[in-house]
Amino acid sequence: MKFLERIQPLIAVIVGLALGLLITQFAGESPWHVLKVLAGSAFGSRYDIGMTLFYATPLIFTGLAVAIPFHAGLFNIGAEGQLTLGALAAAAVGIWFPNAPWPLAPLFAGLAAFSAGALWAAIPGWLRARRGSHEVITTIMLNFVAAGVASYATLYLLKNPDSQNPETMAVGAGYLLEHIKFFGDAPVNSALFLALIAAALVGVFLWRTVGGFQLRAVGQGEQAAKTAGIDPGKMRILAMCLAGGMAGLVGVAEVLGNATRFKLGFSPDYGFIGIAVALLGRNKPLGVIAAAVLFGALHKGTIDLDLETENVTRDLSLILQALIIVTVSADGLWSWMRKAKTNGGTL
Amino acid sequence: MTSADKAVPAVELRGLSKAFNGFAANTDVNLLVRPGTIHAIIGENGAGKSTAMKLLYGIHKPDKGEIRIRGETKVWKTPAEAIACGIGMVHQHFMLAGPYSALENILLGVESSASAEGRASFIPKFLRPVGRSRAIRQLDEISSQYGLKGIPWDTEVEALPVGVQQRIEILKLLYQNASILILDEPTAVLTPQETVELFMNLKKLAAEGKSILIITHKLKEVMNLSDDVTVLRGGRVVGCRRTPETNIEELAGLMVGRKVNLQVAAPPAPVLGPAVLALKNVSLKTRSVHETGMHRLNDLSFEVRSGEVVGIAGVEGNGQSELLHVLLHPLEFCKSRDGGLSGEINCLGSVTHDARRSLSTKRIRDLGVGIIPEDRHKEGLLLERSVEDNFLLGQETRKPFSVSGFISGGALRAAANVAIEKYDVRPRNLTIEAGNLSGGNQQKLIIAREFEQSPRFIIAAQPTRGVDVGAIEFIHQKILLARTAGAGVLLISSELDEILALSDRILVMYGGKIVARFQRGEATEQALGLYMGGAGSK
Repeated sequence: MKFLERIQPLIAVIVGLALGLLITQFAGESPWHVLKVLAGSAFGSRYDIGMTLFYATPLIFTGLAVAIPFHAGLFNIGAEGQLTLGALAAAAVGIWFPNAPWPLAPLFAGLAAFSAGALWAAIPGWLRARRGSHEVITTIMLNFVAAGVASYATLYLLKNPDSQNPETMAVGAGYLLEHIKFFGDAPVNSALFLALIAAALVGVFLWRTVGGFQLRAVGQGEQAAKTAGIDPGKMRILAMCLAGGMAGLVGVAEVLGNATRFKLGFSPDYGFIGIAVALLGRNKPLGVIAAAVLFGALHKGTIDLDLETENVTRDLSLILQALIIVTVSADGLWSWMRKAKTNGGTL
Repeated sequence: MTSADKAVPAVELRGLSKAFNGFAANTDVNLLVRPGTIHAIIGENGAGKSTAMKLLYGIHKPDKGEIRIRGETKVWKTPAEAIACGIGMVHQHFMLAGPYSALENILLGVESSASAEGRASFIPKFLRPVGRSRAIRQLDEISSQYGLKGIPWDTEVEALPVGVQQRIEILKLLYQNASILILDEPTAVLTPQETVELFMNLKKLAAEGKSILIITHKLKEVMNLSDDVTVLRGGRVVGCRRTPETNIEELAGLMVGRKVNLQVAAPPAPVLGPAVLALKNVSLKTRSVHETGMHRLNDLSFEVRSGEVVGIAGVEGNGQSELLHVLLHPLEFCKSRDGGLSGEINCLGSVTHDARRSLSTKRIRDLGVGIIPEDRHKEGLLLERSVEDNFLLGQETRKPFSVSGFISGGALRAAANVAIEKYDVRPRNLTIEAGNLSGGNQQKLIIAREFEQSPRFIIAAQPTRGVDVGAIEFIHQKILLARTAGAGVLLISSELDEILALSDRILVMYGGKIVARFQRGEATEQALGLYMGGAGSK
């Protein structure tokens, strides 16, 4: 039973993948061929692996941004807005202080990205803790506000005068992160290490520290935590701040590691895919990393699928992701059914 | 030999077995209920009483064995089939829809079939008219036949006293033509007076030929009420007696499997120290719509001194929960607009609430306050977490468990191991989820955690609710030990036996007010019951 439970997400992924491949059959492409192309283009060479990891990096951050609040009993749908403002803040620092020297510059930009995301997420955290507003509503609304703020800042405050695209000026040269040489031309950069370190720190915080214990206590039994003298509101705000900070760090990967500037709409819904990543990764840091790599691989794989097959387009990627999300959520249904069965088959 | 002996038994269980995930909840259970009698089923928590009744009621299917109703073998797939066969169950938590009237509740589920018998059957079931007047006529008839008086048909049930709600539940079963009634812990929420009334009604029902099964753990009630009694332990029947031929001591022994000391020896007179809790004119007004004004706190003033147990008796819902809330979380009343907490609370020498400020829960706990909360599942434990983590809860910021912000697993395991040994938490396993412990062991875990912190003031709310006889004895001893060691104890309980056995002083709460005060020895169950029912003040 325990073993089955453990590999349940894996089973879910396999089932989702199988369903997706079945669909390609209907689209007129051999599933075996599709699978080969998928795997080959995601992991076939150093470059491919690099691309996969490049896509996975922001997903690790957003996956953590959903996973942390989950442990405090919160559902953060606002990672998209948090990462937008994080990226904007990183860009702003890089534009305002273009001459900052290397190690200091990305450090400050990273700090700014983290703080911007954290502050943005603190709003729904505070609203939930002190006013009782549901975070699902507030975070999703704040996504729109963040998008608006980002548009305004990009188009009026930090606009790149030399470009017709909606983007800011470039950050100073001292800010840029190096690409990892091992992976050839792939833009994967040291933000990947930052993501891995962040995941490790989150793990240590949640499972080894007093604060993490209290935070998880609130998620698992608010009343019990309250009776024990823990302030659930405080813990919820803390959880949201950390989550927002994690989402904000996407800005480091994007602005300092890749685009050298803030581009409006750079994120292909990293924040929302983060929900799937956290769900699939069971809200554990290692799980989040694994799930992020999987979604990164899907992303990379399906781009090539578009080029190398006649009948399958990038939309398949979305369908595959959706199917995996459905099968992972069905996971919950599974355990629910099992519980129902032990209760004698009635509920 | 009476006629009931010769008649075909109303219910007969033969060799019933049921296992859940390999855990045998019932093994070879035999039970025989004579028609027109009251049959008590007793046993500790987890002894398999409820499982046996759920098998009988069709909620679970037996793995082995046979259920016979009036001599006929039955196999049900759903409770609906059991109901159709005349079996009815009153659950411990009533299954009434609060905002609906008594009548609507009784008709719920039966209205379509009952009202449309023989006519208009082409109308789909859920669209058939409710035969209101006909139903009232029938119900009046039934209730006068069985003496179930005083049910106002059109009042919302949530506004009715619990005793009346229970009568509605019973009437509902009778309206469905039930002839075999199962009552699960029916007296848990009643005042002594309401209990007496319920018993009268049940005896009348039995006299009218209904067969009644009553699940309980209160042995006194078994003696007063039942004709027969079956004792379960560990999923097996360990004894079956005619009630007049047995006694409380024998039944308790059968339940626990050893001799039990039911009488807590009256502890020596308290050695009083300084006050650990002092309330001065504490009132709580709430503006929330649902509160009728009955359940707030009304001008409470009392003290608990070091070395004594002060018991608060009262039917649930008369302000006990609010009192606990105010003692623990005064800050919430200060912040919320509901507000309206007035008066002064002094705890262990610190003002925890007055007109100017309130202390946080953390500060109050750190003064040296131990708590056995009312609802151990919600307020006491993290059910999905390990025994170890639950032991840590509330002391995670203190030494030696916290070392510069990190949790010291070693110190925690060492202390937790000592504690579960000392407080006999079974199984001795720190990694098991708290939710998988039995009720008694969960409570012992909470007591281990709280008492190991050597609190100087202990709030014990319903400390033995839903806990088996053996654990009750243990918990009472621990509370008295803490008192001897100089702690002040505020005991809040709806079990009068518990209040009477442990308290040095007894306060009776009714409608948010203290309506009577007694010293040890002055109070009797009857006197307390009267005040608990709102019969006046003293």
